[in-house]
Amino acid sequence: MANSLNIPGKFKITSPKTWFRTAIAINSATRLSRRHIYILPTRFGWLFALLLLALLTGSINYSISLGFAMTFLLAGVGAISMLHTWRNLANLKITAGRAKPVFAGENAVFEINVHEENNRARYSIFASFTAGKPDVQDITAMGESTFKLTLHSQKRGWLKAPKITFTTEFPVSLFHVWAYAETECQCLIYPTPSLHSQTLPSIDSDGATGQLSTTQGDDDFAGHRNYQFGDSPKRVDWKASSREQGLLIKQFQCEASSTLWLDFNATTGNNVELRISQLTRWVVEANKLNLKYGLRLPQLNIQPNNGDSHYHQCLTALALM
Amino acid sequence: MATQKIPNKLEPSQQAIYWLLISLSITFTLYAFNLNNWVPASFAVFAIWRYLIEKNNWPYPRLWLRLPLTIAGGVAVLASYGSLFGRDASVALLAVMIAMKLLETRTKRDFIVMVILSYFLTVNILLFTQAIWVCLAILLALFSLTACLISASYQNASNQKASNQKASYQNASYQNISLQNKQALNHTQAWKVQAKLAGKLLLQALPIMLVLFVLFPRIPGPIWGIPQDAYSGMTGLSDSMEPGNINQLSLSSKVAFRAEFKSTIPANHQLYWRGPVLWHQEGRRWTMTSNNINLPTETLETAGVATDYTITLEPHNRNWLLMLDLPKVPSTDSLPDEAAIKHDMQVLSKLPIRTRIRYEGHSFLQYTLGATLSDYERTLALQLIDDENPKTRQLATKWVNEQKSPVDIIQAALSMFRNQPFVYTLSPPLLGSEPVDDFLFNTKRGFCEHYASSFVYLMRAAGVPARIVTGYQGGEINPSGNYLIVRQSDAHAWAEVWLQDKGWTRVDPTSAVSPSRIESGIAAALLDSDLLPLLSRQDYPMLKKLTLNWDAVNNGWNQWVLGYDQNTQLALLKKILHKDIAWEDIGLILVSTMIALMLLVSYFLLRNNAAALDPVKKAYQQFLKKLSKAGVNKLAHEGAVGFGERAAKALPDQSIEIQEISALYSSIQYAKHEIINANKTAAHCKIAAHNNHKLNLLKQLVKKLKLK
Repeated sequence: MANSLNIPGKFKITSPKTWFRTAIAINSATRLSRRHIYILPTRFGWLFALLLLALLTGSINYSISLGFAMTFLLAGVGAISMLHTWRNLANLKITAGRAKPVFAGENAVFEINVHEENNRARYSIFASFTAGKPDVQDITAMGESTFKLTLHSQKRGWLKAPKITFTTEFPVSLFHVWAYAETECQCLIYPTPSLHSQTLPSIDSDGATGQLSTTQGDDDFAGHRNYQFGDSPKRVDWKASSREQGLLIKQFQCEASSTLWLDFNATTGNNVELRISQLTRWVVEANKLNLKYGLRLPQLNIQPNNGDSHYHQCLTALALM
Repeated sequence: MATQKIPNKLEPSQQAIYWLLISLSITFTLYAFNLNNWVPASFAVFAIWRYLIEKNNWPYPRLWLRLPLTIAGGVAVLASYGSLFGRDASVALLAVMIAMKLLETRTKRDFIVMVILSYFLTVNILLFTQAIWVCLAILLALFSLTACLISASYQNASNQKASNQKASYQNASYQNISLQNKQALNHTQAWKVQAKLAGKLLLQALPIMLVLFVLFPRIPGPIWGIPQDAYSGMTGLSDSMEPGNINQLSLSSKVAFRAEFKSTIPANHQLYWRGPVLWHQEGRRWTMTSNNINLPTETLETAGVATDYTITLEPHNRNWLLMLDLPKVPSTDSLPDEAAIKHDMQVLSKLPIRTRIRYEGHSFLQYTLGATLSDYERTLALQLIDDENPKTRQLATKWVNEQKSPVDIIQAALSMFRNQPFVYTLSPPLLGSEPVDDFLFNTKRGFCEHYASSFVYLMRAAGVPARIVTGYQGGEINPSGNYLIVRQSDAHAWAEVWLQDKGWTRVDPTSAVSPSRIESGIAAALLDSDLLPLLSRQDYPMLKKLTLNWDAVNNGWNQWVLGYDQNTQLALLKKILHKDIAWEDIGLILVSTMIALMLLVSYFLLRNNAAALDPVKKAYQQFLKKLSKAGVNKLAHEGAVGFGERAAKALPDQSIEIQEISALYSSIQYAKHEIINANKTAAHCKIAAHNNHKLNLLKQLVKKLKLK
């Protein structure tokens, strides 16, 4: 007891949010147990209470015994609905799902899996990040549902999913039940590609071992360009030309024949973020042109390659630099 | 509050409006019996309009249409009820406003507010009627409203999307798109789920209702004034009598009261139920003595055995408590509602009877009442307005001049009724300005009040003190419950004359005209019994039997449900707990019972039924638990097979078993999807049988798996 008297000294006034318990994920899963679930009447709940009061006073005033019975039946429905609303959210298991990487400034979409393990279908469960747009799902008995929650990303690196609020008012909207959960879900945010268009470094520039490949070949269709004098009539896309104005020429690309090094040192400026941003733009452009490119960062070298996994490897390296 | 708001502006699925329309249709059908006809008619119009809006995707009416409609509704109530207040008018106003609000009920918020208002309107029917079938109809309406509340509260992804779309394509040209979208999410399942859940909520609420109903302390009302018109529907004897009053009452088959006798039920001709005693004559009108009259209670000597009975009196908005002639009241404590006995032996409660009450009666069939008559009483009992009915007075004077004794005069009057062509009828002709003369010497057709009033008039004119007693005569024995039903159609009026040494003696002139009225009831006595209500007639024995059984059910309903009040409550608790309960103790009993009940209900509703885990998952969980003990945990994103491979590498000794279990598990889970998708029953069975076999294998393997 003596010890507990010392507590006032340590007592801090915390923000209202921390007054509520949050279900925190351990081993990537967490459960909304009864300790995490909060309940309050909604304004419809208060209106319903007013209804009961009116019916009760009416029954007393007019001495209508059956009025008492009906009032109590509705009061019973109110009380039972409180339990139903509570158990609609209780004991759900929450696990983190995937979150596809996005560029900074875009919306990151977190997938949150919610599992039902009490053999009771759950309806109209809302999940949202604080101040985010809610996603609503039903969960079948013994089944699972995936909530997709979006969050605006701002800077590169790992974006941790913030605290998630789960709410429900099902079945009768008289009570509002909510719980907070924290998952280990995180989304990789790539750096924003620079808006400033700087040409890709060429083999000649700056002595760097980058080389712009021949971009025109015969392998893959890569788009259209306007007809120029001297183009072979075989290359005119007649179908497309009939839709558009003027003649269009089909352009083809061949497999990149030579490699391009994208070097951190090749970027200029004092702002590291801007330089990363520039590199990102190059990676994106090189990938678009299907070039073979390598990435040279202060602590990391990625050997030249092309394709999707290489592309993401490079972007990941830039995001986490 | 750091909680997330749930959007209330979304449109719920179509079921919501259908549930609402169903429940309001029930409610307004019930109101059709009690409110002006235009109220339910206007509901029908708005309900059909709202239905068409939903069905054909018509636009909702704009404010310029809704506002005048609302004002018109208010004016219509004012015009037909003369006010916006008072019981009928305010209920009508609420009903009309709810009917109109249908036209602007579209979002979740609208629906929920509407349902709560409709709950109120529906329960308010009880102000008008509380019959069993009405109660059942109300329950049905409450069920439907609860289902509406559920469907309005239900929101899912497609619902949200559809209404977003609707918001962005408000223009008429795009409404088809949102219509299709709305219909797409109409699961056939939705109706079933909502109905089932609504039923569940109501059934689970039932124990709470029962406990509160029995134990909630009943405060005797009213708390505040009750509108004037609140009891307009109640019928019963009036405090005055004019020819025509009682025969009006006789047309009603409403139950006046029911009586249970402790011993055998007396013969019909002895069943005179004493109501208002009328002394004053003013023209054709007879009235009671003033309440402030300071007369000593008439002396009463009784003989023979007392008859004990219990009466359940229907509310009639008057003060009299009917008793069998003649009640002996040992002390006023045995009477309900601070009732008192008046000097002329009528029992009056302090306040008008506005709820059904039960009270004990203690009467003697043989008695002598008022052995002596004071001068004041004699004056009162001989009072007549001068210069009226000269022929009648002439007849009376003739009898007096013949030196007849009072008993002879009575006999002379009765034999006049008996021997002259007097007719007992429900439809007597109208009487002229000298009503007694007109009746006795001209029309000779009348109902009991004609005979009683003209007889008393004759007696008084002949100097014999007399008064009129009104009440009920007879009653119908219900063999299903062994009690007596007395209806308004049994209303009766008779006379009491004061005789030396005998006191006030009952004389029923009607029995002289129509003995069968007194011997076997009104239906036997009347030639024109077609005018009587169906239930008071003697034809249709089957119907009669059915109605008697139904009345027995009703009697139980009245006593245990409708008549459940403070007294019944205390008596019941005394019976259960075997000791006297103070009114204040009920609160304590209520709170403790409610806590116990809520704990019990919560336990059943909130326990985690983990046992419900399906056997496949259960076996797999066991497997995971074993691996977890060995230090290998399954990650959330890992599939069963992927995890199996990883675990096999980590635990090479058991790698074969681990991989086998993982493969089995995933193949069973996969086959489950196939079962759901399989349409042909043969294929379905085959897969299911195969799966069962696999499940057994899985269970065995998991059981045998031993890890370090």
